[in-house]
Amino acid sequence: MIGLSIRGGVKVYPGTRALKGVDFDLHMGAVNVLVGENGAGKSTLMKVIAGVESLTEGRIEMGGKPVVFRSKEDAVKAGIGIVFQELNLFPNLTVAENIFIGREPRRLGLDIDAGAQIAATRALMARLEQKIDPETPLENLKVGQQQIVEIAKALAQDARILILDEPTSALSGAEVEVLFRLIDDLKAQGVGIVYISHRLDELIRVGDYITVLRDGEITGARGMEGVDIPWIVRAMIGDKTREFPRTSKAAFGPEVFRAESIRMARAGGFAVDGVSFSLKKGEILGLYGLMGAGRTELVECIMAQHPHTGRFFIEGQPLTGDVATRIAKGVALIPEDRKRDGLVQIMAIRENLTLSALKSFARGFHLSLRAEAAKAADFIKRLTVKVASPENPVSSLSGGNQQKVVIGKALMTGPKVLLMDEPSRGIDIGAKAEVFRTMRDLAAQGLAILFVTSDLDEVMALSDRILVMTEGRIAGEFPGTAPAARIIAAASPKHPEIS
Amino acid sequence: MSLAMTRPNGGQTALLTLLRARTFVALILVFGFFAVQAPNFLTPENMVIITKHVALNAFLAIGMTFVIITGGIDLSVGSTVGLSAMVAGGLVLYGIDPGFGLMDLGWSIQFNTLEIAGLTCLVGIFIGAVNGWLITRAGVAPFIATLGTMYIARGAALLSSEGRTFPNLSGNVDYGSQSFAWIGSGAILGVPFPIWALAVVAALAAYASRRTTLGRYIYAVGGNERGAALSGVRVNRVKMAVYVFSGLCASIVGLIIASQLQASHPATGESFEMNAIAAAVLGGTSMSGGRGRVGGTLIGAFVIGILSDGLIMMGVSAFWQTVIKGVVIIAAVVVDQAQSRLQARVALAQEAQAGR
Repeated sequence: MIGLSIRGGVKVYPGTRALKGVDFDLHMGAVNVLVGENGAGKSTLMKVIAGVESLTEGRIEMGGKPVVFRSKEDAVKAGIGIVFQELNLFPNLTVAENIFIGREPRRLGLDIDAGAQIAATRALMARLEQKIDPETPLENLKVGQQQIVEIAKALAQDARILILDEPTSALSGAEVEVLFRLIDDLKAQGVGIVYISHRLDELIRVGDYITVLRDGEITGARGMEGVDIPWIVRAMIGDKTREFPRTSKAAFGPEVFRAESIRMARAGGFAVDGVSFSLKKGEILGLYGLMGAGRTELVECIMAQHPHTGRFFIEGQPLTGDVATRIAKGVALIPEDRKRDGLVQIMAIRENLTLSALKSFARGFHLSLRAEAAKAADFIKRLTVKVASPENPVSSLSGGNQQKVVIGKALMTGPKVLLMDEPSRGIDIGAKAEVFRTMRDLAAQGLAILFVTSDLDEVMALSDRILVMTEGRIAGEFPGTAPAARIIAAASPKHPEIS
Repeated sequence: MSLAMTRPNGGQTALLTLLRARTFVALILVFGFFAVQAPNFLTPENMVIITKHVALNAFLAIGMTFVIITGGIDLSVGSTVGLSAMVAGGLVLYGIDPGFGLMDLGWSIQFNTLEIAGLTCLVGIFIGAVNGWLITRAGVAPFIATLGTMYIARGAALLSSEGRTFPNLSGNVDYGSQSFAWIGSGAILGVPFPIWALAVVAALAAYASRRTTLGRYIYAVGGNERGAALSGVRVNRVKMAVYVFSGLCASIVGLIIASQLQASHPATGESFEMNAIAAAVLGGTSMSGGRGRVGGTLIGAFVIGILSDGLIMMGVSAFWQTVIKGVVIIAAVVVDQAQSRLQARVALAQEAQAGR
């Protein structure tokens, strides 16, 4: 039985068409898996169903009748619940309070009926066959249990359709089993489940129907019988080729950077688990993997942000000490989160550009503002940052220009190794191309670049060599010309308990 | 690409300039008002007296400004003033008893004025270092850490004399401390020494904030601590520096007060921290960190000082003065918010013109 369908769904964002005429059927009492690369349109499709976004063209039908969701509340009323990848819960409140947040049962419209809330939660947990006390503070639960609370929250609002966005990305093998049992129960109760995941073996195991998205179009939709990983990968990536092949033959120098069995602990395991690699002068090394694979953590370990075991070497010398020392030794980081880690938003463009290299403008403690301004102007020109005045706050720039400022700040320290964490995140296509060209130029000048990305096109287009990271480990090493299917297959995590 | 300043909108820019100079405008208004309304307000003697009053708050406010720019707060400065005054008084009267009161050795260590001043300053530096250590190493929130040291320093000041006043701090010629009173009441070229000291400290602070790496780092830490740390700024050292400087400023104030009164009382400096915060905020320092200027704080201190002295001269009741001070501070912050919004809009308009 089909509970919801989309016909001719088109969603246009300024500059991009995220969905290009999508027909999608959601089967009730079954698991509908949805798969595609980053930016293929999965999230957009789900947001449309959950009422967070509305379609530009096309219609949504439920039970044969067209429906319009103007807001998330409309979708909730129609029985649609969504559990986002990032949990939206309050760790300081109890399980029951979390489930009823914003719609607490009240006496006389004022006094929260805590008893009713707890009883309802207890009933829910019984239905889900979970031993979770409604009165425990959420922060005392394991991540897997928190995920179940999130699902319970959706069910408490009478969800008949449940969207799970990457529900297993933070779960351990045993917790995944619990979740799968729960999904089976919900299926038996007739709930229609949409399941989004990058873990291909998991999809095959849990799914009843599969829909594959590529660049906003559906490239495959069928029942799960006979579907295998090669079929999914083919539907996901089509016949992709390298878009910007390297023009000149790369000539690498000697090794400049080496990591030796880096291991970083996190709750219940390792975020980075015994990673070793080396990097040559003039080489661009792409570090590909899914969210949560430990790539950012690895890069941050290099920049002394986390306690870890294992050693780093730069030009044969051990790389130790605090951030400033490491920068002085020739490492520079372009962080993933520009706003949070990359820039001081209220400071001027000039001040941001020179922040890492400020000491080079100081004689003793006296700062030469003239030398600083000259250097800043030079970098603004070289990186073609579009600014009205270098004295304006950096927050007034567009994302692409902000990213150039971050790159400029890193380059001003004269690094030997440049670490770039998702360098194209949140910037438009034009700026992206410029950033990539800059990376190429820098590598040609002898800089060694390690760049992290979740974008297959990007890693294939830019890298001289590709490392694939999965669950904290290096799952594969490929030449830049490796076929996409092999890279994707290597990046797909496997739970040993499942396969 | 063009680096030339583009003028997006004459009216907006003019308004922005006016808003940026708001504390200065406020100063002129307050000054002008009292010049007309209060008799004797404009006499040179009165100017010197007001400046001397302002100087005490201004010292604290300059130290406080740096602390607030890093995103912190220093509640301990008032108590540090009190403890420093007691230490200065104790050193003048008794010197240091090497037996620490446990045994009578029959001799003591005495100091000359310069040594007393130096030792007193060490008190503030020490309290500042304790604050800095608590905040950077022990991870205590600045409000709590300095609240704690505020009580400890005040308690120590009371304990030092069993709550009594150290009277008659006229010094002793034999020890070279007879010039102690000069710190607070001496004058160079007719201008009292505390005002000279303030001028020097303010000039150094303004220089440090604009033209040294430490100054830049202070703003960076307040603007985005994580971002600054990842850029290679040694955040802990920067924070340590601002709390030590704030403590040092407080000690100087304690020293000056003890010398001016020629007596030190353990309750000296109560609630001074609030006046310092008020002056900094009035001068455009943002409590969320990253913004503020020494010059602005100085003007803020003068606005508060002139306001209270002027109102006294006009015979306005002390109760009303307190109310008026509160209104002025709130008004300043409201205008500050308006300025930030307008400034962001102007910068955005400029960049939109420049971009693509």
